[in-house]
Amino acid sequence: MTARRLDAGGRIDRSHSLKFNWDGRLLRGFQGDTLASALMANGENLIGRSFKYHRPRGIMSAGVEESGALVTVGAGAKRDANVKATTCELFDGLAASGQNAWPNVRHDLGAVSNLFSRFLAAGFYYKTFMGLPPFEWGQGTGWWMKYEKIIRRAAGMGTASREPDPDAYEHAHAFCDVLVVGAGPAGISAALTAVWAGLDVVLVEQDFEPGGDYLNQAGPDADATRAKLLAEIVDADVRVMTRTTAFGLYDHGVAGLLERLPDQQIQNNKYLPRQRFWTLRAKQIIVAAGALERHIAFGNNDTPGVMTAAAARTYLNRFGVLPGKQIILSTNNDSAYGPALDLATAGASVHLLDARPDLPVDLVNTVAASGVRVTSGTAALKAVGGKQITRLETAAWTGTGWQSAGSENCDLVLVSGGWSPVVNLASHLSTKPVWDQDNCCFLPGETAAHIHMAGSAAGIWQTRDCETSGRVAGAAAAKALGKTAPDISKPEVGGWSHAISPLYEVTVPGKKLKSFVDPQHDVTADDVRLAHQEGFVSVEHLKRYTTLGMATDQGKMGNVIGMALMGEALGKDISDVGTTTFRPPYTPVSLGALTGRNKGDHFRPLRRTPMDKWNLDNGATMTEAGLWRRPWYFARSGETIKEAYIRETTTTRHDVGLCDVTSLGKIAVQGPDATEFLNRIYTNPFAKLPVGKARYGIMLRDDGIVMDDGTTWRLSETDYFMTTTTAHAAKVMVWLEELLQMRWPDLKVHVTSVSEQWAGCAVVGPKSRAVLEACVEDAALVSNDNLPFMGVVETRLKNGIPCRIARISFSGEMASEVYVPSDYAPAMMDMLWQAAKPLGGCLYGMEALGALRIEKGHVTGTELDGRVTIDDAGLGKMASPNKHFIGSVLRQRPAMMAQNRPRLVGIFPKDRDQTFNAGTILCRADEVSGHGEGWITGVTYSPAFGHWIGIGFITGGYQAWEGQTVVVADPVRRENVDVEIVSPHMYDPEGGRHHG
Amino acid sequence: MIRINCPYCGERDHSEFTYGGDGSVKYPALDASMEDWLQAVFQRENIRGVQTESWHHVNGCRMWLLVERDTMTHEIHSVRVAHPGLQQALEDPS
Ligand SMILES: [Zn+2]
Repeated sequence: MTARRLDAGGRIDRSHSLKFNWDGRLLRGFQGDTLASALMANGENLIGRSFKYHRPRGIMSAGVEESGALVTVGAGAKRDANVKATTCELFDGLAASGQNAWPNVRHDLGAVSNLFSRFLAAGFYYKTFMGLPPFEWGQGTGWWMKYEKIIRRAAGMGTASREPDPDAYEHAHAFCDVLVVGAGPAGISAALTAVWAGLDVVLVEQDFEPGGDYLNQAGPDADATRAKLLAEIVDADVRVMTRTTAFGLYDHGVAGLLERLPDQQIQNNKYLPRQRFWTLRAKQIIVAAGALERHIAFGNNDTPGVMTAAAARTYLNRFGVLPGKQIILSTNNDSAYGPALDLATAGASVHLLDARPDLPVDLVNTVAASGVRVTSGTAALKAVGGKQITRLETAAWTGTGWQSAGSENCDLVLVSGGWSPVVNLASHLSTKPVWDQDNCCFLPGETAAHIHMAGSAAGIWQTRDCETSGRVAGAAAAKALGKTAPDISKPEVGGWSHAISPLYEVTVPGKKLKSFVDPQHDVTADDVRLAHQEGFVSVEHLKRYTTLGMATDQGKMGNVIGMALMGEALGKDISDVGTTTFRPPYTPVSLGALTGRNKGDHFRPLRRTPMDKWNLDNGATMTEAGLWRRPWYFARSGETIKEAYIRETTTTRHDVGLCDVTSLGKIAVQGPDATEFLNRIYTNPFAKLPVGKARYGIMLRDDGIVMDDGTTWRLSETDYFMTTTTAHAAKVMVWLEELLQMRWPDLKVHVTSVSEQWAGCAVVGPKSRAVLEACVEDAALVSNDNLPFMGVVETRLKNGIPCRIARISFSGEMASEVYVPSDYAPAMMDMLWQAAKPLGGCLYGMEALGALRIEKGHVTGTELDGRVTIDDAGLGKMASPNKHFIGSVLRQRPAMMAQNRPRLVGIFPKDRDQTFNAGTILCRADEVSGHGEGWITGVTYSPAFGHWIGIGFITGGYQAWEGQTVVVADPVRRENVDVEIVSPHMYDPEGGRHHG
Repeated sequence: MIRINCPYCGERDHSEFTYGGDGSVKYPALDASMEDWLQAVFQRENIRGVQTESWHHVNGCRMWLLVERDTMTHEIHSVRVAHPGLQQALEDPS
């Protein structure tokens, strides 16, 4: 290929020169270039090395189907691998390099693998390293483990940066009446028709210039048409989004768009994202995504200097680059005559090989005037030249097959094997493509009512017909939305005056050729035949075995050829071979765009309690509990976490401790039937709970498994205040709403989440009453008589802060929970802390909270993991035998009541100096393997016992393991530890302490 | 992504909703037999075609809805409020 930039012509701005760096060398291009056109203009032929064989590759196309010119753009953290040079907009300062080659693409030591390529056919790695299934299954796995790294380095594409991506990405949302995909002749006409009918239209174009095929056409007419149409688009307020790919269509008119902002613009404005990931909801969608020209499989058809005919026309007419001097064009259809004419007119010598025995005389006459030679019944057979094509061997059609027909020197071979409409987007919505034998292509099948295919995406080849087809689609969309639109008759599919002749591969008997079907993954025609020979008859299996169509172009170039060859091998028509399903994305979407701003601190919301700042100001080290940030421990100077929580636990049991419990779920249950409602959802009786009392309750799911536990306070006849665990707060709320709205609509009950409205503090320990007395307006209200165990008072703290207090205990100590409206939280904490501090009290966090509750054997969300019955949790006596409640029937299934289920237990290390980890498995001493007999959910150092203790579940409960040694199996983290199983109520089993 | 036309909020992305389950199940009385409860909780048709399912507008009005959806095409045939009294009030505001 001896390409050169012409002095005039094309749609580039020659007055605006751009510098760029290619493999360490400084080159120049123009505004309006792609990286590929600029490389070509600089005479660069060898752009990449192939995936498996490291064969030299050049530019094969001018678009998203590119399989040769894959490059790495940028460096360091901004490195982007596998960028198609053909779609990469050139900008000043762009730095790109070849990939999958060492030391560089021109001199690649890995190319030695091409010499062994006959050993590297489809399935080579499976057979060599995995063994031949089923007989040798896994035999070679050891070898694979050993060589995988080397193989992976040798075979592959560009490498991603290992550094964090410094760029910003955004998610954006939009709505419109009509989405038009593709701003070519069909798309622009469709958008204008729809917008003139009074609709809100979004027109997206993946290219940086709108115009589609108008950009590739020769002459001033195309420019004038394009300019006029684009002016109309702007006038009519069509929302045009260039550099935006509609990568997927989803249900109910939802489209996924990826917008790439121009690099220049991002460099000048640090607040702009690099890409935007749009979720667009459209009422009607017009797909005018165009068609892609196909290759033909012939020998060495991947040699640099072989490209599609349409690509050559694009480089000439759009970029002002004449890609070759001595051009041979091999085709089977009419569409190649246009490029042949343009290239000859620009000064190249063009020899057109038309595979069809009967030439289209009118077209031949048109091109002959410009000096194009046309030979009938001839096709490309084998490219010769290695790093750059120098000669083409040709084949002649004998009437029954191909035979060698000599060779001819050339510097560029163009191929046109027919066109594949871009049916991908329609296929995303389960519309199966249908094979059209007349046009040798898949056409979109019947689409859903709101999807309209237009232009060459619908198999319409001529520009005028595409425009008409766009108007038809625009009118159909308008009418579907109740607008008036012109009645236009639909153009016929196709549009060539002479029939295409099916041609997918050119071979001659006895000649060994390396003919690529999917060049990007180095899949050859022989690989497809090998797959058939080895028994793969389904397209989906063929695809997986050969990896045909699994590269970054997703088979845009090779799928149809692959299916044709498979059909030939199977003796079936392509229509019976079927096609693989196209799935989103149409072109690759970066992980950064999918992530958007949801990373780092914004990965998920952070819930702060209203006393978050107060906790921090008072020395809290925080930890995350679900979405919540909660105090972990309050270390005094020099204390470790262990020293801190042991002190906090000890102080709380001995004097008094304060703990932020705001994250507990809080639900107002109100209404005349609130009592009946609670009585149905809790396992224990609530019918007779007096006003001013709280009760601990457990609720089950329908299937009898524990859903949650918590206390519910009766504030009045019709008003309850329910608390839930932190972990299950949202789930319980949803569940109550479901029951009231769907199952028991007759109950007059309203539930309201008030978790955010009330801030809570647990006041815990023997001196807790003294703290309350110091803080409430009327100390008498919190006396033992007025506020006995499970008592509730609504009153005011000093300074008139409204509060509700219940005497409930999670720690086993005398304790109360005090709730105030959230805004008063810091004021409440100031007051409680000022009262507690002189009494020798402390603030405590999650770690001490855990120690206190584990000592008591109280369950939390960790234990209530969706597998545990009320009996498993040791709370069977809470299930009332005298009433029916949610789960009361199904909890009595035999397996749920079995004695040998894992039951809640306490765990002591046999050697009291030892410790063990939560999350470990409990095993019989004589069988430390398998799934064991139980598991540990929580471990703490217990100040009360002076050694480590745990809580967990084990088959049959503690009674079944009395006197036996159990092993905590923890082979990875620490040694196995011998333990004994005890009652979960380890500390103060009689429960005397909470009475004070 | 499917879109659900909430009777209270209008058409919204399904990411605002959570899927409940088979909306046609009639849950038995709390004191019903084990057999009735097993049927209601565990037995489900695997429908190809239109099925009634419950969806909760959890990031919206928090109403439970009954949605008739085609499991093949995702076409939604109807959306109504699960609470019969509220549905009636919507249909006949007088
Ligand atoms: Zn709603």
